Amino acid sequence: MLQILGQNVLNALQLGSVYALIALGYTMVYGILTLINFAHGDIFMVGAYLSLAAAAFLLGLPLGLPLVVVFVGAMVFSMLLTALLGVTIERLAYRPLRQAPRVSAVITALGVGLFLENFTLGLLGPEPRHFPSLITMGVWEVAGLTITPLQVLIILGAAVLMVLLDLLVGHTLLGMAMRAISYNRPIVPLMGVSVDRVISLTFAIGSAIAAAGGLLYGLAYPVLDPYMGIRIGWWAFIAAVVGGIGNIRGAMLGGFILGAVEIFTPMVLPSSTYRDFVAFSLLLLLLVFKPTGLLGRPVFERV
Amino acid sequence: MTLLEVIDLWIAYDRINAVRGVSFAVGEGEIVTLIGANGAGKSTILRAISGLLPAARGSITFAGEDLLSLPAHLRTQRGIAHVPEGRGIFGNLTVLENLRLAAYGRSQAQFRQDLREVYRLFPRLAERRQQWGNTLSGGEQQMLAVGRALMSRGRLLLLDEPSMGLAPMLVREIFKVIQRLNRQGATILLVEQNANLALEVAHRAYILENGEIFLSGPSRELQHHPRVQEAYLGG
Repeated sequence: MLQILGQNVLNALQLGSVYALIALGYTMVYGILTLINFAHGDIFMVGAYLSLAAAAFLLGLPLGLPLVVVFVGAMVFSMLLTALLGVTIERLAYRPLRQAPRVSAVITALGVGLFLENFTLGLLGPEPRHFPSLITMGVWEVAGLTITPLQVLIILGAAVLMVLLDLLVGHTLLGMAMRAISYNRPIVPLMGVSVDRVISLTFAIGSAIAAAGGLLYGLAYPVLDPYMGIRIGWWAFIAAVVGGIGNIRGAMLGGFILGAVEIFTPMVLPSSTYRDFVAFSLLLLLLVFKPTGLLGRPVFERV
Repeated sequence: MTLLEVIDLWIAYDRINAVRGVSFAVGEGEIVTLIGANGAGKSTILRAISGLLPAARGSITFAGEDLLSLPAHLRTQRGIAHVPEGRGIFGNLTVLENLRLAAYGRSQAQFRQDLREVYRLFPRLAERRQQWGNTLSGGEQQMLAVGRALMSRGRLLLLDEPSMGLAPMLVREIFKVIQRLNRQGATILLVEQNANLALEVAHRAYILENGEIFLSGPSRELQHHPRVQEAYLGG
């Protein structure tokens, strides 16, 4: 019993890492624009497909590249292109609405999401695509638990990205500018900072992290379809709200909580089909009792 | 030499013409003050100079360059340092981070050098450098706001109500700093409700009423102008 529990904690950590990476994008954009970027789940989906394309291309080359090279290549390619996609979406769809009522921007975000889903569907067709396996399939036995190299890769990879982002927000000039914008945007140009540029970089970073999440997700659950971003996007969004939207560390915490909800629901309730019910109930309860989320106020903060 | 020249400036704010055809100039090395009642358009003019508000008509020239075609952050980089009404301290940044951000676009070495200057001017900020902005007292926030303006190496300081909400002793301290900065070469455009104080430190003054300049001249003369004494100096 304890062994099953331990094994599931590991699974929850693996899934939670992916949710946390995507939740970061929601929370960063909300932190500086107070906009829920509902297209973010679909940006994650595009990131997963771009990883797949790069990996398939590199594997197809007659060079016999080592898998590490393929993995890193796919990650860099997909992060760069997805960052560009995020910046383009902000530039074309959200920036013209910066002064418009918030609801216009939210509806636009939903529209951008639909566009990405249907564009991918039109381009690639409805058949699910299989993600190539980029990591050897060994199994390690540690204290009665079976740990795969893939699990370690996902958990560590996500952890590295989260630590880097936390350092960026807490200790760099760009991070200071992001926090300043979330606190009092109109004043920021008086510091000589271009607000548009910081917002573009925020979209770039959030989208790149979602792309990394897409690659890691593809490795763990190797079937991609154009609508995969919807459910995962919602779950990551809930994770961001549960942790306290606008709060970077809250998004990470929320991601792991949602990962645990998904893994442990079938252990407690009769079927895994209850997982959405449990996740949304958690969200509603939290909004009633602690509307700002677990880690407090809706601003970029070092806790 | 004229550093800032404002010609026939009109600013619409909330669909009202808050500023109506204002012209004035600030010479290099001067302290010039805009005096007027609440809502006379003083802050609005400063906000149009730094780019926080668009101008409806007219021109603003700084060191020979047209400012109105530049976005606000580039005006700051050209040397306009605006200390806004209410100070605009970032509460979720530390004192040191507030100062570092204000030196955006400048090298770490230049930042270090200017930081020493600001700490010498306001030793209090050095003591509080690791504290969050929102834990500062009103006086400390004002020091930080002025410190930030200095970090951007502004040639022209726009000061909006630096005395607001401060105890009289702190007000005197802040105004001493303003005069000291001016002696070191800073040009200052000061907006104040405390007309006594403003006329005391400024070389020249413009009196605004309902968005228009209705009197101007050297501070010494305006201090004794019957209309000014009656309306602003309680005399």
